[in-house]
Amino acid sequence: MAEIIVKNGFVIDPARKIDGDVADVAIKDGKIVDKVGSGAKVIDAKGKVVMAGGVDVHAHVAGPKVNVGRLFRPEDKLFKSPMAQDKFRVESGFSIPSTFKTGYDYARMGYAFVMEAAMPPLHSPHVHEEIHDTPIIDEGALPVFGNNWFVMDYLKKGEVENTAAYIAWLIKATKGFGVKLVNPGGTAAWGWGLNCLSLNDPVPYFEITPAEIITGCLKANEYLGLPHSVHIHQNNLGNPGNYQITIDSLKLAEGIKPKNKFGREQVMHSTHIQFHSYKGSNWGDFESGAKEVMDYVNKSKGLTIDLGCVTLDETTTMTADGPFEHHLNGLNHLKWANVDVELETAAGVVPYVYDPNIKVCGIQWAIGLELGLYAKNMDRTFITTDHPNAGPFTRYPRVIKWLMSKKAREATLNSLKHKDKVIDATHIHGIDRELTLYEIAQMTRSGPAKCLGMSNIYGGLAPGMNADVAVFDLNYKNMPSDPEKIEKAFQRAACFIKSGEIVVKDGEVLDHGHKRTVWVNVKMPENPQVKRDIAQSFTKDYTVGIDNYPVRDYLVPHPFVIDVNVEA
Amino acid sequence: MATVTLKPTKVPELMLEGYTISPDTFAGKTPAQIAGLEGREGKIKVKLGDFFEVSGSPGKTATETDIVIAGDCSRVKYIGNKMTAGSITVNGNADMYVGGWMKGGRIHVTGNVHSFCGIAMEGGEILVDGKAENYVGCAYRGDWRGMRGGTIRIKGSAGNDIGTFMLGGTIIIEKDAFIHVSTHAEGGTVIIKGDVEGRVGGQMVKGDIFVLGKIKYMLPGFKKIATVEKEVDGVMATFDHYIGDLGERHPKSKGKEIFANLYVKAAA
Ligand SMILES: [Zn+2]
Ligand SMILES: [Zn+2]
Repeated sequence: MAEIIVKNGFVIDPARKIDGDVADVAIKDGKIVDKVGSGAKVIDAKGKVVMAGGVDVHAHVAGPKVNVGRLFRPEDKLFKSPMAQDKFRVESGFSIPSTFKTGYDYARMGYAFVMEAAMPPLHSPHVHEEIHDTPIIDEGALPVFGNNWFVMDYLKKGEVENTAAYIAWLIKATKGFGVKLVNPGGTAAWGWGLNCLSLNDPVPYFEITPAEIITGCLKANEYLGLPHSVHIHQNNLGNPGNYQITIDSLKLAEGIKPKNKFGREQVMHSTHIQFHSYKGSNWGDFESGAKEVMDYVNKSKGLTIDLGCVTLDETTTMTADGPFEHHLNGLNHLKWANVDVELETAAGVVPYVYDPNIKVCGIQWAIGLELGLYAKNMDRTFITTDHPNAGPFTRYPRVIKWLMSKKAREATLNSLKHKDKVIDATHIHGIDRELTLYEIAQMTRSGPAKCLGMSNIYGGLAPGMNADVAVFDLNYKNMPSDPEKIEKAFQRAACFIKSGEIVVKDGEVLDHGHKRTVWVNVKMPENPQVKRDIAQSFTKDYTVGIDNYPVRDYLVPHPFVIDVNVEA
Repeated sequence: MATVTLKPTKVPELMLEGYTISPDTFAGKTPAQIAGLEGREGKIKVKLGDFFEVSGSPGKTATETDIVIAGDCSRVKYIGNKMTAGSITVNGNADMYVGGWMKGGRIHVTGNVHSFCGIAMEGGEILVDGKAENYVGCAYRGDWRGMRGGTIRIKGSAGNDIGTFMLGGTIIIEKDAFIHVSTHAEGGTVIIKGDVEGRVGGQMVKGDIFVLGKIKYMLPGFKKIATVEKEVDGVMATFDHYIGDLGERHPKSKGKEIFANLYVKAAA
């Protein structure tokens, strides 16, 4: 592989505490190196910012519910499917882009790794087929466990070790990455037409509470020492007044210590926290709970969060939180789809318009940004839109603009129909903080990479790391006064090198690159009871035989496997 | 007003997607520039000049521009796509999506139109002397935002799915229609002067339907509440007034539940 040198850029690499030093980044054989020979290809980054490739900790980009969204929203593609360019595949869709558009758009923004945030285990082959069909970017996927019958059965009896053994088996079978919980207990209750809106609502039949599921999974995760922590979509999402249950759920992480060999420091990642930071008792007196939530997060080292910013777009909501989607459909009367996946999970899909003329949408927009602006430790706070739930991932540059510029926030605030009511219900108008490029790099590079236990691979520019290098047309020493230029620069990288190959130049995709699927292989001593339980359940309950269940190797032709050894 | 004439010179082998045939795109251009405007035939980019001889010249703005297509457009889709002003006359038939997403101006087709005529239309007028296939004034596939304004008049008959998800505007079918009228509608008016087979107003929340002929199969979700005299498109008649769809949700306005109205001409 050719050598490349990215010359004279303002390097921003929080993993090494480098903030704007003018330096060269050398690349050889897909890795960052100390130096290269004089024959290396030169990328001139003079007057531009150089960062590691972006790392997205949470997005819904592949799998059955994403595809349900694509299928049942042809209108999402209307007039948004330009003809294919030479050598490239057609791109279509806005909030639920085709796999090709997904890969191209992430690359255009200089992203190297994306975590698919909810993989239904039974459908993991489909998830991997779509991941393989998404060019350029590396991806992993989190199987969902929060409503899994095995997990609930073991944890009801307090059997953390058996839970861990089952988790290890399922992650391996699905070629997954870690432990995702979505509305723990609530989605299982949905099978009876119910939900778990508090941490102590028992799940019908299983007689276990969300609090017990969460605590048990936190313990099992650390028992295994996985690279990533438990990754949770909390209960009672999207309802006024839920900030209290959010803080109560976060408190469950107190007293649990991270135990892993991957440099991860948190034990719980709480995702799309915007949807969980609501005060008020109904949509009439709805207001921001961002301050209360961040006061707790800021003092709790064992936590990381991602924002889930509302971008004020027409989008598509999709979660493994079936009851929430049904509830949402009751509010907006648009179409909905709901899919149950046997013993494991259930998903819902509903289109949603975050309308700047609606007060609630304006407040949601403000809350997402407030959470980022109240954050004290940017290495624990990540930029997401819970793509596509609060907005498409292609809006990250816009979120960055809002976080970096009060002027941009005020301009959007002024465009809201109920501006004054939004100001009354939120704090955004009074916050002057403007994040720096260094802080943005923490939130999109070093932070999420560390949270996923991959800080030696992604999110930094130290020699030995994967050569994912993004160059943005922003002058560190002389930032534009027009915030639109910030958005534009992050939307279309001046150059993006992925695994040592130049894949984007001036915002245009040049190459399909060499994508990889990252999965975690847990090796642990055999647990005969769990093995027997799984075999029995497959004979009795499943529609597929156990031999047909695991993801075959041919579905993951470019694996990057992280081994985890659990001692007996 | 200034007139541009397009004379068909070649029948497209596949369908021609003629989305640039609109006063908005033609305005201010020379005939040569108009002939150079792009279209699609399947996955291939083509030029309007490959299929039409362009003569005359457009006005400076869409409002000042009339387009006459002097011949058959049975294989030309998207005529008048998103147009905002001016006029288009098709002397012959037109394929799918005539006047789709149209915001203003006038379209007159002297022959028949295929499906999706006036899809998601917001304003302006479409007049078809012949008949229409399916999906007159409907919403785009999957979309819940159908026709919002303007008028579509089909002098002949029409097929299925008229005014699906309609929110406003008027559709007049002067002869018969088949099934699915104003499905999911939340506004607007559909007038059918002939007979309808059935499924009229299914899941309709708001809006009006007038049928001057007969409905062969009424939906059970509609209930007769009165007999009324009404003038419809210049015709005075007595109608049985039904409300529905009782199986749908019923939003409230000023404390009163809202229903869609279906008026069927009373038997003499
Ligand atoms: Zn979620
Ligand atoms: Zn999510």
